[in-house]
Amino acid sequence: MRFAAEYRDGTIGRAIARRLADVVDPDRLYKLMEICGGHTHTIYKYGIGSLLPANVELVHGPGCPVCVIPMGRVADAIAIARQPGVILTCFGDLLRVPGSDGTLLDARAAGADVRIAYSPLDALRIARENPRAEVVFFAIGFETTAPSTALTLLRARAEATSNFSCFCNHVTIGPPLRALLDSPDVFLDGFVGPGHVATVVGSAPFEFIPAEHGKGVVIAGFEPIDVLQAVLMLLEQLRSGRCEVEIQYVRAVTAAGNQRALEVMDTVFALRPQFEWRGLGFIPDSALRLADEFAEFDAELRFGVPGVRIEDPKACQCGEVLRGSIKPWECKVFGTACTPERPIGTCMVAAEGACAAYFNYGRLAAGARAPEAVG
Amino acid sequence: MSAGGEQAALERIDRARRRPRAFRDTHITTAHGAGGKATHELIERLLVPVLGGGEQLAALADAAVLGVGGTSVAMTTDSFVVRPLRFPGGSIGELAVNGTVNDLAMVGAAPLALTLSLVLEEGLETEALRQEIAAAAAAAKSAGIEIVAGDTKVVGRDAADGMYICTTGIGILDPRAALSPAGARPGDRLLVSGPIAEHGVAVMLARGEFELGAAVCSDTRSLWPAVAALLDACPGGLRSLRDPTRGGVASALNELAQASGTAIVVQEELVPLAPAVGGACELLGIDPMYVACEGRLLAIVAAEEAGVALAALRSVEGGDEAAEIGAVEPDPAGIVLVQTAFGSRRVLDMLVGDPLPRIC
Repeated sequence: MRFAAEYRDGTIGRAIARRLADVVDPDRLYKLMEICGGHTHTIYKYGIGSLLPANVELVHGPGCPVCVIPMGRVADAIAIARQPGVILTCFGDLLRVPGSDGTLLDARAAGADVRIAYSPLDALRIARENPRAEVVFFAIGFETTAPSTALTLLRARAEATSNFSCFCNHVTIGPPLRALLDSPDVFLDGFVGPGHVATVVGSAPFEFIPAEHGKGVVIAGFEPIDVLQAVLMLLEQLRSGRCEVEIQYVRAVTAAGNQRALEVMDTVFALRPQFEWRGLGFIPDSALRLADEFAEFDAELRFGVPGVRIEDPKACQCGEVLRGSIKPWECKVFGTACTPERPIGTCMVAAEGACAAYFNYGRLAAGARAPEAVG
Repeated sequence: MSAGGEQAALERIDRARRRPRAFRDTHITTAHGAGGKATHELIERLLVPVLGGGEQLAALADAAVLGVGGTSVAMTTDSFVVRPLRFPGGSIGELAVNGTVNDLAMVGAAPLALTLSLVLEEGLETEALRQEIAAAAAAAKSAGIEIVAGDTKVVGRDAADGMYICTTGIGILDPRAALSPAGARPGDRLLVSGPIAEHGVAVMLARGEFELGAAVCSDTRSLWPAVAALLDACPGGLRSLRDPTRGGVASALNELAQASGTAIVVQEELVPLAPAVGGACELLGIDPMYVACEGRLLAIVAAEEAGVALAALRSVEGGDEAAEIGAVEPDPAGIVLVQTAFGSRRVLDMLVGDPLPRIC
């Protein structure tokens, strides 16, 4: 495809791989975290791990929106969906995330009206077309998707669509990164920054990472060449002793971000004091709720949401995977009790999840690579 | 990181994948109809065992082959629940005939006759029904077969989505055909008869849910002319045929790799894909390898016959973009791999879940 093929060119990829080999210090190990699940997907899909020097390791971070949804919120969504007259709408990936009592797909098979929406506006359209139903949009995602939810709520208010509401689970990228950098079992040398989030928030919100933690950040696009170039830029920072926020994804990201998107988010949302993250626990100021002026569209106020907190399954090590302290295959249930068909943990559900990406794309590449990785 | 530990984990996964398991789902979900892993589990772990799995059934071929008075007769059955009933490039009536003809063609049988059973929803417009029956008649004429029997049922409003069509097809096995899902051998080549993913994308866009305006037409067509051309060109070298319907090329190739105990390696850049179809899939985050075709076939042929087989596919109408897209290797057995244009290899698993319900 035009404007994408250029960034998938294997010849350029191999040329960058040769540069990487020149830049690394063979006597040390490098651990770099890609924050965003979209990058994890690209890394596995294109086999980028096999192009990196053996002493450079990519660690998968907490930036897959489906993966960080705690089981309690899924159970709450199912409770809403089971109420009579409700149509619950959500992105397709969410259908297969297990709550304490099955998935939304199971709830649908048992009679609940659960429909896939391809955007929040799609959910609003369903509300318009079903005026006698209560249509709830199960909103998830980082600053990438939050602006479109905000715009949809502005439109719902302008149109006075009274049978539409939003079960808001939007989260922000800064707080979990702070929590991650403050936790003792994380040893990282730098970050491949989330390109899509940064198109909205800009690069400025990542400045605390070099300033307070002394780690470099390179904000990257989502094609394989983007990711390889970002790794090269991080390794060059490390070699030259620099530590800063750089933008590889210059075709989309600016320092200041998208002001209009930030404004609508500011209008429609307010910060929650606390929010639970799958595997990471409660993180202060890390999620969004509807602002008081939009309370009439807040599904949590409109419906009796149980608001239960459910412990993650004991065998599930999603938290350690999300913190990057273990690789997917090191989880006790990976690939046996927990598979893409029957996921236990959220990381196995979405295609962007570290475990699903490794299961689908990584396992064979890893098997082929294993002999030379010894030692 | 311990490479040994990772290897042990990978072996554990492969053992888990091979273990036969009981059907554990408590309810049927749309995933069971998507043609991927859930469909296979339903068939292999519930339907076949409860039916008492005879040899024909357990083979899970597109059609069964029965000996009738010295003639080998192929028999198949299919049902069609596509929504909407009409879409660019086709409609449910045409699809019902072509889909049934293609199941016969995939075992190497020349289609002979089919039955048409209609389940109509109260309130369906007569004109819509007339159009679909005319479409079925035209498709049957073009495929050179006769519709010989039928049945009609009407159900209440909301008990069906306009109309459903169920078919039974019979055909006469071509004596030159020695096809089996288990036929692939290391060194064989993989061919596809044209660009992939067009039917699934056309139906999806026709629902108007995405507000995407791409001009994509369904590829629905009878595949018997292509199969007949292959049997004329290289009867001895033709090992396996599949039409990649629900679950797409990825799921069909996984079936062939598992049945034959070989690895199938697909060269991603050689797979024909129309730019509009690739673009729509990219926007929707769907891999075209998982999107259904209704008028394409995948053929495994002996390496020395690959050239004549490709020429044969290209000689039939609609086959100008047929291509050789991969090869069969001994290892890893039962796995499909994609060689990316980027130079890496990845596993192409069977479809999980249900990205596009009700496309056929």
